[in-house]
Amino acid sequence: MILLILLGVPLFAAVVLAFVGDRRLAPEVNIAGSAATFAAGVALALRVYEQGPMTAGGKFFFVDAFNVYLAVLTAFVSMTTAIFSRRYMRREREHGRVGHVGMRFYHAMFQLFIFAMLLCLLTNNIGILWIAMELATLSTVLLVSLYRTPTAIEAAWKYFILCGVGIAQALFGTVLLYFAAERVLGEGGDALLWTNLSQVSDKLEPTVLSLAFVFLMVGYGTKVGLVPLHNWLPDAHSEGPTPISAVLSGLLLNIALYALVRCKTLVDGSTHSHRAGDIMMWFGIISIIVAAFSLLRQKDIKRMFSYSSIEHMGIATFAFGLGGPIATFGALLHMLVHSLAKSSIFFTVGHASQMHRTQEMDRIRGLIKGNPLVGWGFMLGAMAIIGMPPFGIFTSEFLILTATMKDAPLMTPFLLLGLGVAFAAILRKVQFMVSGDAPSYQRPLKAAHLPVLVHMALVLLIGIYMPDFLNQWFHKAVEILR
Amino acid sequence: MEGIIVEILQVIVLIGLAPLFAGWVKMLKCRLQGRTSPGLLQPYRDLAKLFSKDIVLAENASWIFRFTPYLVFGTVIIAGAVVPMLSTDLPLSLTADVIVLVGLFGIARFFTALAGMDIGTAFGGMGSSREMMVASLAEPAMLMAIFTVSLLCKSTSLTRIAEVISSSGFIAKPSLAFAFLAFVLIAIAENGRIPVDNPATHLELTMLHEAMILEYSGRHLALIEWAGMMKLFLFMAIGSALFFPLGIAATDNIAGIPKALVFLIMKLGAAGVVLVLIETGLAKMRLFRLTEFLGGAFLMATLGMLSFFILE
Amino acid sequence: MDLQTASQINDFLAAFVLLGAFGMLTQKRIYSLIHLFAWQGFFLSVNIAIVAYAAGRHHLYISSILTLSLKVILLPYILHTLVVKLKIRKEAETLVNIPATMLIGIALVIFSYYLTAPVTELSRLITRSTIAVALATVMIGLLMMITRKHAVTQIIGFLAMENGLFFAATSATYGMPLVVELGVALDILIAAFIFGIFFFHIHTTFDSLDVEQMTRLKEGD
Repeated sequence: MILLILLGVPLFAAVVLAFVGDRRLAPEVNIAGSAATFAAGVALALRVYEQGPMTAGGKFFFVDAFNVYLAVLTAFVSMTTAIFSRRYMRREREHGRVGHVGMRFYHAMFQLFIFAMLLCLLTNNIGILWIAMELATLSTVLLVSLYRTPTAIEAAWKYFILCGVGIAQALFGTVLLYFAAERVLGEGGDALLWTNLSQVSDKLEPTVLSLAFVFLMVGYGTKVGLVPLHNWLPDAHSEGPTPISAVLSGLLLNIALYALVRCKTLVDGSTHSHRAGDIMMWFGIISIIVAAFSLLRQKDIKRMFSYSSIEHMGIATFAFGLGGPIATFGALLHMLVHSLAKSSIFFTVGHASQMHRTQEMDRIRGLIKGNPLVGWGFMLGAMAIIGMPPFGIFTSEFLILTATMKDAPLMTPFLLLGLGVAFAAILRKVQFMVSGDAPSYQRPLKAAHLPVLVHMALVLLIGIYMPDFLNQWFHKAVEILR
Repeated sequence: MEGIIVEILQVIVLIGLAPLFAGWVKMLKCRLQGRTSPGLLQPYRDLAKLFSKDIVLAENASWIFRFTPYLVFGTVIIAGAVVPMLSTDLPLSLTADVIVLVGLFGIARFFTALAGMDIGTAFGGMGSSREMMVASLAEPAMLMAIFTVSLLCKSTSLTRIAEVISSSGFIAKPSLAFAFLAFVLIAIAENGRIPVDNPATHLELTMLHEAMILEYSGRHLALIEWAGMMKLFLFMAIGSALFFPLGIAATDNIAGIPKALVFLIMKLGAAGVVLVLIETGLAKMRLFRLTEFLGGAFLMATLGMLSFFILE
Repeated sequence: MDLQTASQINDFLAAFVLLGAFGMLTQKRIYSLIHLFAWQGFFLSVNIAIVAYAAGRHHLYISSILTLSLKVILLPYILHTLVVKLKIRKEAETLVNIPATMLIGIALVIFSYYLTAPVTELSRLITRSTIAVALATVMIGLLMMITRKHAVTQIIGFLAMENGLFFAATSATYGMPLVVELGVALDILIAAFIFGIFFFHIHTTFDSLDVEQMTRLKEGD
């Protein structure tokens, strides 16, 4: 029942918003829908927290500690993004960057996107997982090109084509997985259910599963934005409206990684080896290093943070690949804090570029003087994202580093190199943007306070003091992924 | 002994019927394009006219130039002796399998190209170079197509292939279909038909084969033209032996030969119709697009071989 | 129809699907491309129907009808209408080096064969030999999307890849569960809707559907 509400609300909201469109109350409806989704998410989480994993809808849905935490995170960040987008999009509308149809479309697709992500997380069927993932891509493609500028259209096209290519590989991987499962579980829809697959994973044919994993890795890896499959990501995340950048970077990447990790547990269970994990580690470490060095030469502020997303997804992928309780714990934590910190950064970045009417970092100056909330929010967000203590990302990166030193000491220097370069690259650029006098072309702006403040507070809180329920939650998730 | 009779019969059929086939194709083409045809027997009359004329030889023509017509004619006749047109009872076919057959055509082409360059005129050299370009692309494709069929029949001997395919009946084999498509494309290219070359024109910008033999006259030209007709005839016969060996008499079945002859004529008649339809329906390609055409042939042949491994 | 014949017809149709993929890879005229795509879909749907009949899987009939209505009728029709509406000229595309693309295509077929060999060996279905062809179709669609620089052609490559995926599902497992197949079809439908909108956007913004012009988002200037 809760599940139905959780999935039904965004879908219903999407339909409603398609009709409400550009009316005065549309942003509020959007917020209300997301808030209801979040409430349902929390309720579901409490239930799972108390009663343990559950299936619903004739085994169609499956909820355990791993996906429910991501579902709550998704619902939460989409709620704050909806709050942020109220002020942000209103301003964009005033500037004439989005038209009447655009706004209607934006609101409806935003909710549809949330629906697709939640379906991805909660479904028990890997086929449906694929479909929902494709739906999530498709619902955001036209949002990326919302501004209709040549660059936006180019970015969206790239996003559409490259993710289409990638996701097709994942479907082939899914077919292979079904092929292997069918031999053990018999024919029919049951052979595609996680709950069944995870029980018989050691009986699945290892050669087929290894092959399937290669395809799944390429497919979902494209969506995670792992190097060398990342080409679309900086474009798509930087050209769309900022709220979309925030949810793309903060949420969709997590969802894709979630799919990948689920597949990895199956494959490793079948092959009785660490092969899938090794592949993920390599993809992860390459992503970290390439993204870190790419950070150095970025001029566009949103592009820079898109690369930072690649880097952080690389870290999480690496940690999941490494396996073991500490690394997995670190990875789960990292997904959480990165999602919060990155979306908060995008909120402030969105306001900063609205103030300066540009996304070029050379022209963004004096943020703290211009608007203290935006300036400090941006500054702190950047500090968090580069892994400064006491923020949560420091904790997760520290955990991952410790585990690396223990289990794969040879990888440590590369990991440190990537983290160090990223640290320097972002810090250097951010310093100039926040400090100094406000330039003449800077315009005052009424910023959306709440989302930034809440996100940063949470990241800080997790860094200083990990709430006990969160701790237990992660332990349960680690148990599942072992 | 019977085998030798069959051999001789085959060669006679080849030499005798090749101009008839050429005439048939020309006649059909005229009819289809709404022209009055010169009749079935026109190629014979052309050959007779050429034989009765004197040879005009360039001053600097070497022995290669004079030798080539006989060599080309000879190789085609040898090729005719190993292709099972009427019967698979061919003693000579033991000495030459299908790869040798490709080699024989290769020799003929090599000498024709040399002769084209021998006089030193611009057209001859141009024709030779173009012909070699086509050959370099067509031959691998030809070999691929043949290998596909050989793999299927586990033999490279044409007579053996014909036997295997005719004994196993008609089976829908994708590899065979691909190889056949490739073969059709190659046959068009090898014989200089539209869309690769137009045998009916002497337009300097487009001609391939005609440019090479531009300097020939009289008896020499007659031999080369005749050999060309026989080559076309032979390709049709090879196609029939590889892909539709229906009616070809088996070993020890000398009585089947008349029936085989009837079948051969029917098959060739049908092949002529197809050829004319292709030639009328398509326009000649630009020279630089030939790589695509022959690449397509190679692709078909390779796909045939791959589908043999993958699907069968 | 016994299994032997079904398997043979199946192989034959598989070969045609592959041929269609190669045809698309080397064809530059957009109208011919759309026709080739429709033909490929047609062979595929007949193939699925035969498998459905021979193996007695009734849900595959639905999959076959889906393919027929989507890939053979609806999508080619939409593409055709769009191409006419946007007045795309016949040979808007200059293609570089078709023979090289063909050779890569052939290499991909061999690669797919090598890759799927373990799966084929394990399978006991009558369609097992076509798994490699299905993967090859996917790969060739991918190659087409990479090498082509025209929006419509890239989309056709994308759809051809989807054809390959349907084919893979049929040949490896007699089709995915129905709910999955329906979902995938729905996704394709939405994708079709989106690229339709996209063509207009690209056309109005860049004044042509040549993706080559989209080079503004390059790294490091």
